[in-house]
Amino acid sequence: MLKIKDLHAGLEGKDILQGINLEVKAGEVHAIMGPNGSGKSTLASVVAGKEEYEVSRGYITFENEDISELDPEERAHKGIFLSFQYPVEIPGVSVTNFIKTAINETRKSKGQEDMPASEMLKMIKEKADMLEIDRKFLSRSLNEGFSGGEKKRNEIFQMAMLEPKLAILDETDSGLDIDALKIVANGVNKLKSENNAVVVITHYQRLLDYIVPDFVHVLMNGKIVKSGTKELAYELEEKGYDWIKEELV
Amino acid sequence: MSFKDKLLSSYIALEDYLEFDSPLHDVRNNAIKIFEEKGFPTKKEEAWKYTSLNSLLKPDYSVYSNKERNVELKNVRKYFLHEIDTYKLVFVDGVYNSFLSETTHDSLDVCLMSAALNKSKYKPVIEAYFNKAAKSDSLTALNTAFTKEGAYIHIPAHKEVEKPIEIINFSTGNEAAIFLQPRNLIVVGENAHVQIIERHQSLSNNEVLTNSVTEIFAEKRAYVDYYKIQNDEATASLIDNTYISQQRDTVCRVHTFAFGGKLVRNNLNFFQKGENCDSTLKGITILEEKQHTDHNTLVHHIAPNCESHQDYKGLFAESSTGVFNGKIIVEKDAQKIDAFQQNNNILIDDKATINAKPQLEIFADDVKCSHGCTIGQFDEDALFYLRSRGIGLKESRALLMYAFANTVLESVKIPELKVRINKLIANKIGVSLGFEL
Repeated sequence: MLKIKDLHAGLEGKDILQGINLEVKAGEVHAIMGPNGSGKSTLASVVAGKEEYEVSRGYITFENEDISELDPEERAHKGIFLSFQYPVEIPGVSVTNFIKTAINETRKSKGQEDMPASEMLKMIKEKADMLEIDRKFLSRSLNEGFSGGEKKRNEIFQMAMLEPKLAILDETDSGLDIDALKIVANGVNKLKSENNAVVVITHYQRLLDYIVPDFVHVLMNGKIVKSGTKELAYELEEKGYDWIKEELV
Repeated sequence: MSFKDKLLSSYIALEDYLEFDSPLHDVRNNAIKIFEEKGFPTKKEEAWKYTSLNSLLKPDYSVYSNKERNVELKNVRKYFLHEIDTYKLVFVDGVYNSFLSETTHDSLDVCLMSAALNKSKYKPVIEAYFNKAAKSDSLTALNTAFTKEGAYIHIPAHKEVEKPIEIINFSTGNEAAIFLQPRNLIVVGENAHVQIIERHQSLSNNEVLTNSVTEIFAEKRAYVDYYKIQNDEATASLIDNTYISQQRDTVCRVHTFAFGGKLVRNNLNFFQKGENCDSTLKGITILEEKQHTDHNTLVHHIAPNCESHQDYKGLFAESSTGVFNGKIIVEKDAQKIDAFQQNNNILIDDKATINAKPQLEIFADDVKCSHGCTIGQFDEDALFYLRSRGIGLKESRALLMYAFANTVLESVKIPELKVRINKLIANKIGVSLGFEL
């Protein structure tokens, strides 16, 4: 599904990612872990198409198509979703209106009619219930005044509504208490199927108890320095990252 | 002959026809002297630094037409708030149009300035209020000298007006160029409550210059909610001079929706004369092409324990220019004042300009006064967030523009008007979104 080959990318001529290689197949869950500043969020933003990042070398393909030059909205239309570490507050636009616009814009890009209002409402109700989101929450302005946990839950709600093929969850666990974490993880697991894939970016092993990865990768200084299975996450939790650094030397 | 000379000689003709025993006679004569002395303001004056009237003074305006022009209701219906019942004062080329209007004398007066000036029963009100709040700057004086027609609204004490009052000034284009000077007097009695919507609308592409003066008097505990819709043709210009005099415990709110016209200058003045006044001045400005809008606000805190809130948002596209000049004066005795001023602007295109200038003159020592002014482009992180959800660049920008302006819209208290303004904004932004804004 997603193939990243020798990806170098960064800001203002300075590469933050220094040769990433990663393949994510349909049905898989990958976790990317690593210390602060290792390039995890940059990788997520580059895959989602944030324009300020410049790709200097390598490429990204999605379902065998090079997406390196595509706009963020075009990548979204193909089924790539990024759950933001810091979701942006948009006052004056309600969660419901926002998600309606997003869904209908995606449908428009595929030459489809708008989703009928009744169908939309049914879907909103269903997904909100799954994530234990209060109906009142949906008429509030997008992310405005939301707590950290509400913001993250709202991100997963959007993911549930948009039903992406590839979901990248950038530190979705930060700011969540254990109950909220379980609800969010449960939502992600329910959405999971053989036809889609999830990349979880996190500092901590905690989330991986609930969203169990098939593969764990360690990102350091813009490179994937070690890959393994979920046991690697436990090892990192226990021993930190220093032993990997030593191993590399 | 310059426009000024033309106006001065017109005044001589007008004077012959005025009654000498009218209480206004001296007021008019003094006013024309002020105008004669000062003339039209130029960019040399600090308050007019960024707005030049030069190009507006060139056409050969018809200064007053007495002809009653007809306009078909079906052609102008869209300019009314037709979803709900309202009182209406409609003027066509400066002349009252009884067919389109709905006036009343039933427990409140919604009628004509011409009637109020000529009938003896209104004399006490005219003598007590007319020209008492207006400043004596040259444009206001010019309007005062020529006062002839406009809205006269008098709400008696304790009266809550059950429906909004619309004041609409149409210009038909029957004259090649027309100069209009509506004069409105609004007196809101003790504990009375009123909502007013004012609109100037040209129905052709001929030149129109309107120099409007509105005086509003809020007696103690009165509530005045006033909306100005400025969404006119590219050949129509407006100088709006509004003066609001607040007695104690009053709430006065003015929303100005400036969506275009050739040149619009809003001189909006609040005078807080009693304790515990609340003044709100809000505006959304969305301009394109070569449109120019200048908001020149004054909040004069004369009495203690009062509040004022200003929130102006501006979106400027293409070569449009905006000015925000917000002045707050807090007098020595006006202690415990809370004065707030916010002005945020987004320049959509490189050629667009905004000149923003807050001016605070504070002579009291126990006051809370804050102001903030921003000029920026779109927030790139917000744009990326929206686009990453599949919303295209144009629509994402539209959403952000809407979100940006929305804080001003929240306080619109007439639901039908809010829907209307929403549509105007969507239209202006030029994008149909997936939902009713």
